[in-house]
Amino acid sequence: MSGTADGGRPIETGSARLDDVPLASVPCVAKPFRLQFETAQDAWVLLYPEGMVKLNGPGGAILEQCDGEADVMTIVARLQEAFGRTDLADDVRGFLAVALGNRWITLT
Amino acid sequence: MSRPTAAQGEADRLLGPLGERLPAPVKGKPGPPLWLLAELTYRCPLHCAFCFNPVDFATREQELSTESWLRVLREARALGSVQVGFSGGEPMLRDDLEVLVAEAHRLGYYTNLLTSGVGLTEERAEALQRAGLDHVQLSFQDSTREANDFLSHTRTFDLKQRVAALIKRHEWPMVLNCVIHRLNIDYIDKIIDMALELGAEYLELANTQFYSWAEVNRDQLMPTQAQVQRAEAVAAEYRERFADRIRIIFVVPDYHGTRPKKCMNGWGQVFLTVAPDGTAMPCHTARMLPGLAFPHVDTMSMADIWYASEGFNRYRGTDWMQGACVDCPEQANDLGGCRCQAFLLTGDPAATDPVCSKSSQRERVDAVVARAEAADPAQIAARPLVFRDPKASRQLSGRTQGSIPPTPSRPARLPESSP
Repeated sequence: MSGTADGGRPIETGSARLDDVPLASVPCVAKPFRLQFETAQDAWVLLYPEGMVKLNGPGGAILEQCDGEADVMTIVARLQEAFGRTDLADDVRGFLAVALGNRWITLT
Repeated sequence: MSRPTAAQGEADRLLGPLGERLPAPVKGKPGPPLWLLAELTYRCPLHCAFCFNPVDFATREQELSTESWLRVLREARALGSVQVGFSGGEPMLRDDLEVLVAEAHRLGYYTNLLTSGVGLTEERAEALQRAGLDHVQLSFQDSTREANDFLSHTRTFDLKQRVAALIKRHEWPMVLNCVIHRLNIDYIDKIIDMALELGAEYLELANTQFYSWAEVNRDQLMPTQAQVQRAEAVAAEYRERFADRIRIIFVVPDYHGTRPKKCMNGWGQVFLTVAPDGTAMPCHTARMLPGLAFPHVDTMSMADIWYASEGFNRYRGTDWMQGACVDCPEQANDLGGCRCQAFLLTGDPAATDPVCSKSSQRERVDAVVARAEAADPAQIAARPLVFRDPKASRQLSGRTQGSIPPTPSRPARLPESSP
């Protein structure tokens, strides 16, 4: 293992579309990614071979819900309740589209 | 609820091939040592001529006990380490590897095994899976049997194919790492074909960095600019064509660039290596630097090692900088480049990395590259590589780093007074 310079793929956001994430689909964190909360960083992180993506609060809150059982509609409802909001559907789907584009999640 | 993003659009790149980018280091207290590299042993069945283990490894045979490694894992995890790499040498030669992986897994690390594949039998693979191993990085020396055997000096190619299949059977993500150099760079398409055939998810084409054994063999391993450009183009073409199957990382060689790398993502910023004998360092080659003592994990806590020791603080941040680095607008991008490279090429570990085009000593790098361009292939072929083995190590360990083998045509290695 060497201290490598650039060459990693930047997080893809350009091609993310809400249509890619139907409300009835069920997201699940995909192999080889592992989601866990890191106390030292006070953040949720996605771990994968020799790497890490640090998520901000809302990103972590969404991925935490991606357990392979709840569908997108349910996740939106839970988060809206938790955050006292009624307009989060597009934000959640937009983030999940980015997550899908980066293969952090699968949809079934 | 604000807009959800991955750290405001920033992902953290650790040291592996797969990440993206780390945030710029902040002044003051450094963040946690996110990456713990546990070099379990310098013993290795291979004899790679580009090995990054220290040239004098054979004089450092002492290895940490299992208990010490377990304590290192616990203390580093408490500090915030989240990735652990079990490396070497060949880590499979430690028969407590499964014990260490199991404890690392229990502690919440993402566990990576960096192996040549030698010793990774079906039985041990099953034990490692039970222990919670997350990932295997398999190193390959080349894709053709002849070249592979030549460059690793043992007959291991068939074995690596078997191990790759075993990794797939256990459903571990597989990263293939292939060190690229003058003697194999022209076969890069075959190397990528092989990675595709084996079903690797990631392929790191790591151009040789010239430290340790690769530095001893620099003349034979340094590619020409044309070779590098062609290889990069081939890698880019494959990357595009097979984007759905494999992620290809081509690590550009330092000497052929003009910007220094942010070595180890910055001294003491995210990376902590523990050498087989228990010496803790900001990178696995840092021990070559003169005038710098590194702490031992049996006599200092990991917290003090990371935050308080002189070894980790000397080149941390930007205060130590001199020469072209002072007031350079790019200093936060590269943190002055690589300290070992600066030392090897200029004799001064605090110099600006001479790879930087702003360095007053860039001519030293240019001279090395020019030598590669002008080299007679027949002469290169005629000069034997120095393979990494204990005998060669003992012979070389008396030398001063960066001064041998002595060849009349290596003016770039002799320190001069600064202008």
